[in-house]
Amino acid sequence: MTLALVIEWLIKAIVLVLILLTGFAYLTLYERKALARLQMRVGPNRAGPWGLLQPIADAVKLIFKEELMPARADKLLFFLAPIVTLVPALVITAVVPWGPTLHVFGHDITLYIADINVGVLYIMSVASIAVYGIVLAGWSSNNKYAMMGGLRSTAQMISYEIALGLSFVGVILLTGSAQMTEIVTAQKSVWFVMLQPVGTVIFLIATLAEVNRAPFDMPEAEQELTAGYHTEYSGMKFALLFMAEYDKMIAISSIGATLFFGGYREFWFLSNTILSVDRTPWLGPVYIFIKIFILLFGMIWVRATFPRIRYDRLMAFGWKVLLPLSLALIFITATFILLAQQANNTLLLWGIPVVSLVAGAVAVALVYRTLRRKEYARA
Amino acid sequence: MRVLEPLIELARGLWTTLRYMFEKPVTVQYPEQKKPVKARFRGRHVLHRYENGLEKCIGCSLCAAACPADAIFVESSENTDEKRFSPGERYASTYEINMLRCIYCGFCEDACPTEAITLGDQYELSFTERRQAIYPKEMLIEPVPAGKQPTPQKTDPGIFTRSVPEMKDPTD
Repeated sequence: MTLALVIEWLIKAIVLVLILLTGFAYLTLYERKALARLQMRVGPNRAGPWGLLQPIADAVKLIFKEELMPARADKLLFFLAPIVTLVPALVITAVVPWGPTLHVFGHDITLYIADINVGVLYIMSVASIAVYGIVLAGWSSNNKYAMMGGLRSTAQMISYEIALGLSFVGVILLTGSAQMTEIVTAQKSVWFVMLQPVGTVIFLIATLAEVNRAPFDMPEAEQELTAGYHTEYSGMKFALLFMAEYDKMIAISSIGATLFFGGYREFWFLSNTILSVDRTPWLGPVYIFIKIFILLFGMIWVRATFPRIRYDRLMAFGWKVLLPLSLALIFITATFILLAQQANNTLLLWGIPVVSLVAGAVAVALVYRTLRRKEYARA
Repeated sequence: MRVLEPLIELARGLWTTLRYMFEKPVTVQYPEQKKPVKARFRGRHVLHRYENGLEKCIGCSLCAAACPADAIFVESSENTDEKRFSPGERYASTYEINMLRCIYCGFCEDACPTEAITLGDQYELSFTERRQAIYPKEMLIEPVPAGKQPTPQKTDPGIFTRSVPEMKDPTD
């Protein structure tokens, strides 16, 4: 390990954190703008041209706000909780590759911070740490709404983490590795969204629950829990919780882009052109940025469309629909990979999307039948 | 395909919101653009004048009596032909409305026997201090019509003896 390597890592880490911190600020603006347009409004347009300085104005306001701490709160945990929530959201992106290896000044610069061979497991384990922050924030506030918000988020995040993790397994099986760069390289010809369409849908649904976004924003359901786990937070501590939430959105979108949408690889219609990352490697960050942008729009779009679902139905959906479906998907994927290996014919892999779409249709049909049942409709 | 209905419904919902993204926003950029108020809008009060410049308000305090929020304060003084503010015996020497108390119900309009007070179309009322919320007569009264004398006017005796103008059409 040379000094140059350490400096390179440091620079990459600092750049990534800075991207995430400013990206969070502009994600709030992006969300407000997109949400406004979806609702036939204009959105913030007063601070700077097209409201571009709005995030700065918000930040200044939050910094100068009074920090309140409930008199009977657990002081240490109340202080620690926002940090415990934010750090995993920042750390999780370390394994996401932002581009292929660049050759600059005779050095090979890799555009990721750590390419560990258990990359996907790392994501799962770090993502689950964020639950602690939220439940501690809820508990230490000594407020019943905050407590309930924290409890709900724990239950919800743990339940949906299973479906999320199982939706990763299909990708790992197809790649034969849990290393993120390997996963991206494996998608050179075909994105995994084509081979794992249902897995992608499960991932997208489960991520909404993971980052507590509408329609699964139970932990902060305004109408029921005022603001949920961050009811008692104000000023910069609230900003940290807010930042964690939005950084998790960015992180999870970058993970989704990497696992299912080809990562930093070019769009399929650009392969073998000058715009392919094999020829111009520095376009990698641009492609992954575009993909993250589109996935984030999906989250905002869903928020603008669907109402919050009831808590028991949320849990039922996670355990009774997503979990069995993702288990079935693993079975289907493994079977067809084995068949393809035995027959030595990669075309057999296309049996995965066909059969998994049938499995998905069966799941939808079962949901439909349940929803039509009289006693369920009344409940 | 009926069993796939949940998916179709979800897609229809998404399509509906996406469609609205391409519609023109309905936002009115308020300080730059202002929508005209409706004819029956009840905004800030205006005290009116006759065409000859005399004030319609005769200081009778009926508006203050009708006011459910007790926002109006009227103090009246005697008119003379040397210093005439309004027709008849008396005029409002002090007329104050506390805009923090006013509920814009329009009862003062109904109570006024001379149609001196109406609720206008002005709605941009803001104050930084409680005292500023009390609008005196000078702020409420209409400007003098062009070419007419301001009040107090010097008038010939025996003309403005009636406080309330004679009704031309009793059904009006």
